[in-house]
Amino acid sequence: MTTTNANTVGWPRWLRSWWYHAMFFAQTWRGTLASSILFPILYLAALGVGVGHLVSAHTGLVEGQTYLHYIAPSILATTAMQLGEGESLWPVLASVKWIRTYHAAAATPLEPSDIFAGKILFVASRAFATGILYTIIIACFGALQSWWSLTLPLIATLLALSFSAPLVAYAARCETDASFTTLYRFAIVPMFLFSATFYPVAAYPGYLRPVVQFIPLYHGVALVRAAAFGQGSLGSILAHLAVLVVMVVAGVLWGLTTMRRRLTD
Amino acid sequence: MSSNHILEARNLVKRFGDFEAVKGIDVAIDRGESFGFLGPNGAGKTSTMRMISAVSTATEGTIEILGLDPRTDGPEIRSRLGIVPQEDSLELELSVRLNLEMYGRYFDLPRRVIRERADELLEFAQLTERANDKVDNLSGGMKRRLTIARGLINRPEILILDEPTTGLDPQARHLLWDRLYRLKREGVTLIITTHYMDEAEQLCDRLVVMDRGTIVAEGAPRALIERFSTREVVELRFASDDHEQYFERLVPFAERVEVLPDRILLYVHDGDEALSEVHAAGIVASSALVRRSSLEDVFLHLTGRTLAD
Repeated sequence: MTTTNANTVGWPRWLRSWWYHAMFFAQTWRGTLASSILFPILYLAALGVGVGHLVSAHTGLVEGQTYLHYIAPSILATTAMQLGEGESLWPVLASVKWIRTYHAAAATPLEPSDIFAGKILFVASRAFATGILYTIIIACFGALQSWWSLTLPLIATLLALSFSAPLVAYAARCETDASFTTLYRFAIVPMFLFSATFYPVAAYPGYLRPVVQFIPLYHGVALVRAAAFGQGSLGSILAHLAVLVVMVVAGVLWGLTTMRRRLTD
Repeated sequence: MSSNHILEARNLVKRFGDFEAVKGIDVAIDRGESFGFLGPNGAGKTSTMRMISAVSTATEGTIEILGLDPRTDGPEIRSRLGIVPQEDSLELELSVRLNLEMYGRYFDLPRRVIRERADELLEFAQLTERANDKVDNLSGGMKRRLTIARGLINRPEILILDEPTTGLDPQARHLLWDRLYRLKREGVTLIITTHYMDEAEQLCDRLVVMDRGTIVAEGAPRALIERFSTREVVELRFASDDHEQYFERLVPFAERVEVLPDRILLYVHDGDEALSEVHAAGIVASSALVRRSSLEDVFLHLTGRTLAD
């Protein structure tokens, strides 16, 4: 006899989707080690210690910090961005188009909104865990100077989500990955380089400084620095937070639509 | 519920922009029945399947599945369905067993139940020995069986299979058919799409023939053949490319004559007798074959096209 519903655990549907993504990661995480842990440490060593040596010889402190300390938090920000981006473009297109595992999920009690929620909540979880690991590493380099540093994992989570939500939404409506490489080359990499990541905004000519405000990662970098050094005005911190929150909310609303359209049409 | 049908659809329409894939079909399926949708590629089978799986929403019309409305009770309905899509959609990087177990969690089943069922289903799909292998390394037939096993993890009341054996070799197809017979005996309602005539004849108690988004005939395979075709068919091939010239000459020998690009079909009651009459009349074919009528002939009769078109 069939006893389909007699025996269930009682998890909400979005949690089942989160769990599935987490299980998948648990089986395949070794491949992500290099990009999420090794590279950031290499950046810190090469830029922070190597370039930092030159910088301190010529200019001394940067905004009151040694160069290593100055860039350590921003490596956390760029890592969070790259985590959000890396989880959201190709893996999502694969799930809706190439291997179609999201279609398989949509044939179970899960709704497209559950699948989307599980995905970005998993990205959030991963970013939070990476954030903790990173905060410890930065602390080892001696770059943390404020109890506000304890919020770094949360900022990393918000930052990863602000990229992940819109990019999952976007990938869910794509038919090919042709645009992804363009997006990576002309958006992600420039953001990595030009978000006041490796030098203060003051290094830009005056007419360029306002433009930086339009780079999403810049707001993440500003927040992690504020937290690590316990500096910055409440107003500017709220403004940076607001930009990221708006990106998350817009991404979620867009994603709920694109995912539903993709999986139920 | 107004009827004892396990699934009932009325005036079902699916449009994608300007394109109307399904043009107002009615279907009613009984519990325990195995029901087929037969038709060529592009007939609207998959769109229909996705609607009656409570996955895609119908543009117009109503569906009742297990007495529920997919517009409001999608999750509840899908928790009682098994869906085997046209593409396997398996996690290629993960093991066979994990594919089953992780899918089981989507249905909120307890770990212990999932483990027991995974063991059973691995046995059922003859994959026990490959349980720990990566799915990527399986053959096409094994992947297909795993996809079917995955669709059974929630012990569904209805199993919906879209083109279950497309792309499989004959041996793999027979093994799959055997598994589907077993499910049918256990009382699972089967809904199958196929463009293979023999598959439809083998598996389906009843079927609809679909063409260009509409249902052109409905009934048991044998009944459809009796109604729309003759008992036997003579297939003639000629050395000449111009088959049309033989049409007039062959008409007197058959109830109906169909000229295909590569052969001519004579619809007759007794194939051997008709063939000897044709020979006696001095019409010499380069090859001749007498066979029983099949659903392919029904389809040809109803639509004027072969399924391979």
